[in-house]
Amino acid sequence: MSLLADLFTVAAVTLGLVFFVAGTVGIIRFPDSLSRLHALTKADNLGLGFIVLGLLPQCAGVFDALKLVFIWLLVQFAGATGAQLVARVLRREERP
Amino acid sequence: MTETAFFDALLVVTMIGLAIWMIVVRDVFAAIVGFMAFGLLLSLGWLRIEAPDVGLTEIAVGGGATGVMLLRARGLARAGDAMNSVPSVPFRILVGVLAGAVALFLGALVVFPPAVAPTLAPLAAEHLASTGVGNPITAVLMAYRAFDTFLETVVVLLALIGVWSLTPDGAWGARPRVASADVPAPLLLLAQWLVPLGIVIGIYITWVGADEPGGKFQGATILAAMWMLVMMAGLRPAPALSSRRLRIALVVGPAIFIAIGVSGFHFAGAFLAYPDGLAKPLILAIEAGLLISIAAMLGMLLAGPPLEGDRP
Amino acid sequence: MTAFLNLAAFVVLLGVAIGLVRVLRGPSRADRLMAVQLLGSGSVGACLLLAFAGGRFAFIDIALTLALLAAFAAIAFSLSALDSGREGEIGGPES
Repeated sequence: MSLLADLFTVAAVTLGLVFFVAGTVGIIRFPDSLSRLHALTKADNLGLGFIVLGLLPQCAGVFDALKLVFIWLLVQFAGATGAQLVARVLRREERP
Repeated sequence: MTETAFFDALLVVTMIGLAIWMIVVRDVFAAIVGFMAFGLLLSLGWLRIEAPDVGLTEIAVGGGATGVMLLRARGLARAGDAMNSVPSVPFRILVGVLAGAVALFLGALVVFPPAVAPTLAPLAAEHLASTGVGNPITAVLMAYRAFDTFLETVVVLLALIGVWSLTPDGAWGARPRVASADVPAPLLLLAQWLVPLGIVIGIYITWVGADEPGGKFQGATILAAMWMLVMMAGLRPAPALSSRRLRIALVVGPAIFIAIGVSGFHFAGAFLAYPDGLAKPLILAIEAGLLISIAAMLGMLLAGPPLEGDRP
Repeated sequence: MTAFLNLAAFVVLLGVAIGLVRVLRGPSRADRLMAVQLLGSGSVGACLLLAFAGGRFAFIDIALTLALLAAFAAIAFSLSALDSGREGEIGGPES
């Protein structure tokens, strides 16, 4: 059982890292701010989601697991709002 | 354990790079963003050296409160045209020399540490049980050195009075304006959902501080940030500085502290001494009062002084 | 497991560091705002990985606070940028 949990953790965290690295590559390679914003909020948050998923089996108890899920939801929600606000700043900057 | 060595080395290099960038970059806004980023990285550093309470405070203060405070100060400075005054060269040299001296001193301490590190840690750990709390940081802050904590709280209050003194004469006692003219709809949604959760988290962090990393200061900073969010989203206006409820909230923490401290003379022989067995409930009472007061102080520090005299 | 999680934390931090270099350089204010976002999700990830790597489950509370306050900071910075944009000083490196 513990071996299965560990395998799941390694798999999910690795997947999360892949998305996270993809997001970073997007940030450095995309041509304009808006697409960089996209790479940042979508890919990085997805990466974090998979990392959280992977860490869930390692939790000591239900409360910790709930906290992890809650953290992820929080980052999602805040990231979505933050992306909207940054996009607004971008739009305002483009209008001279 | 060389995997953690990679992490630590990268962290240090990134922090130093960021610090240099912060000083060199010309745009003040960018420098403030860098400062906030530096605070978040530094908090990871605190975690790595097994100081989670400091890390938590670094996040709350360096990552959240100070960054926002610098932003609002910049906004005020721009309004008053203070941004055009550049410090003179001798002054900048003096600051550079002082900063360099402090850095060298700290570096020397790390490279040539004293043979026997002066520490009271074993003694403090030995008597932890009698303080009624399990977290040694909280024990130091609230039991062994409660007097220092009390003075620090008063210092924050004095700082707030200092910020209030920036109010132009006609605006004394008015409300600071925090919300921008048009509030983006996503912000409104976030504020309505996040603030209640944030308040729960703030109280949770305070409560858990008795035995785990946490405590009233970090909890108060979270509460202040949530209050600031409410004000920024325009859900509620900032309180008028002359408001009685605000002033009571600001004073209740230090007042409880003083009351318990003075009664310590009577019941246990010294200022802020707790009678045996009553340590935990007294600490809780002080923490509850301080939570409200520090949250109010930090929130008002972030809100800043009112600029127009729209008296309530 | 511990070694793996520590390495994962390193990878996350590497992503943050490289992203920071690009994002802080970006000439527009919006680019720099993204630094806040990047650091927010990155440090939450690193913090959680470190928590489980070292068995320090108290770090989960710290990750929670990180998430909350990074969100707050991102919003505050964005609003400040929006406000100063409106005052007529748009774009430009000097402020």
